[in-house]
Amino acid sequence: MSQVAETGREQLAADKPPLLKIANIETLYFDRIYALHGLTLTIREKEIFAVLGPNGAGKTTLLKTVAGLLKDQPNKGTIEFEGRRIHRLAPERISGRGIVFVPEDRGLFRELTVKENLEIGCWGRRGKEVKDDLEFVYELFPILAERGEQQAETLSGGQQQMLAIARALLRRPKLLMLDEPSLGLAPLVARSVYDALVKIAEIGTTILLVEQNAKLAFSIADYGYIMEAGRIVLEGTSAELQENEDVQELYLGLGGDEDSSKGWRLYKKRRTW
Amino acid sequence: MDLIQSYSEELKLIRKPWTKVWVWGLVLAVFLLPTYTTDAVVYIATMVFMLTVGVLGQNLLIGFTGQISFGQAGFLAIGAFTFGHLSMLGVPWALALVAAGVMAGIFGFLVGFPSLRLKGPYLAIATLGFGVAVYQIFANSPVLSGGRMGLTIQKLEEFWFLNMEQTYFYLYFIIAGLFVLLTYNIVSSYMGRAFIAIRDNDIAAEVLGVSLTRYKLLSFAISSFYVGVQGGMLALLLGYLEPNMFTFLTTIDFLVAVIVGGLALVEGSILGAAFVVIIPQLLSEYKEAVPFIYGVAIILVLIFQPLGLAGMWLKMRLYFRHWPFR
Repeated sequence: MSQVAETGREQLAADKPPLLKIANIETLYFDRIYALHGLTLTIREKEIFAVLGPNGAGKTTLLKTVAGLLKDQPNKGTIEFEGRRIHRLAPERISGRGIVFVPEDRGLFRELTVKENLEIGCWGRRGKEVKDDLEFVYELFPILAERGEQQAETLSGGQQQMLAIARALLRRPKLLMLDEPSLGLAPLVARSVYDALVKIAEIGTTILLVEQNAKLAFSIADYGYIMEAGRIVLEGTSAELQENEDVQELYLGLGGDEDSSKGWRLYKKRRTW
Repeated sequence: MDLIQSYSEELKLIRKPWTKVWVWGLVLAVFLLPTYTTDAVVYIATMVFMLTVGVLGQNLLIGFTGQISFGQAGFLAIGAFTFGHLSMLGVPWALALVAAGVMAGIFGFLVGFPSLRLKGPYLAIATLGFGVAVYQIFANSPVLSGGRMGLTIQKLEEFWFLNMEQTYFYLYFIIAGLFVLLTYNIVSSYMGRAFIAIRDNDIAAEVLGVSLTRYKLLSFAISSFYVGVQGGMLALLLGYLEPNMFTFLTTIDFLVAVIVGGLALVEGSILGAAFVVIIPQLLSEYKEAVPFIYGVAIILVLIFQPLGLAGMWLKMRLYFRHWPFR
């Protein structure tokens, strides 16, 4: 299995240069609790990447570390974006390099209207391109044009997620990082958000996705990483991962024809992986 | 809802022709105030203009950037005493006024540093400490405060055919007008957007490329500049200074003005300043009741009219626009 993954990865790596290279990073909370423990991960251009894992595996911490939101972290290791070091830079400078993070709570300006939210998304940009980007965003999410004057906190969950993604797109990201975009959404709404992500990837934006809903994530991702206890334990293309027995058992809910506790016991056993 | 068609329209402060008529009418009415009222009313109006400058600054910090500061009395004192010492050295008042603002701005920049780490009530306590410390320093150092006599400052001379009150009235009218315009422009510029973004969601602001360090410190510096200029104006108006003018109660005045007037509304700052000046004048016989009125006003405003006096005006305008259909 791992050999297949290795060869697949090498082939892909030969085609495209890495956009983001994370090597052996360690992130600590309160100077003693390890959230990321020697994590290594590579993201190539113009693909959709998904990171899966159980609660507390450090998925959100990974994104926050890359976005620079955790002060003085990562403690060890390097993060390179387009060949330049970005770890321990201020968040606004990382954002300036083209990495935009959409947090789990969507990070909307709740008291402002949809339009004002998008205007702040254009902050610091000028010129005609901004207009084109706005048009693209409105084309992608027509509902936002309709609800322009509505306060952001009065939108439904799905619309809020769309607004958050739209606002992030106005920064012209090279790498868009999304933390659980399907969280709290009805399956149909989550589906439409994911369809929009596919369209965003088509225009050449690389997407890094953190998700609990494995089925949904595999449906659009090109490549997946499985995280546990602050490390990457398994990786492969989306098809390979879906065929993997452990992944089927633990994330896709397949193959659990015996009593339901079997999954948990297997999980315990395979924790070391 | 009327949509904005062009960039020049976006930049306009007044968008509708009728609003223009209203605003100019109001400005004219205020401009001609000395011709139809007594000097006492003119003096009160002068005080309103003076306080407007400081309240605008405080509103930029509390209302727009969302950083709570209780150190305004300290900035006011720094501005006032800078102005006082400079004018005793013979510096012309206009230059001294700018210097007062800049000096307060520098201290505001320094006091802004805790805001990078502290939020909400913690920041309030830290800035409160600054305000009280400045008062203690001025109260206990005769060199700075001019000792028991305080500082005596050369007042303005009567200008042309205007008497003393009218001279101050027109000068402060112009200064307040300039600061109102400046504030409108700050608020609608990229800087104002950054302030609002920090207030509403600082993590999102950071992710979108707004530097928290730069804009929080900038907000503190600008806000203190305003308050420092007000301190200079206070010194120029009163003609003398003593540390007792800058106790914690002065800070409360600012806070009441911002909340009662309306958070994050420029018009609200003017109304709030008027409220804080006029209420003590109306109750001059019952001075003890003033803090009580302030407390009740804050509670009532927060419960019934969170947008403040200016919000009340907004709602009224909306009502008449839809009348009689809603």
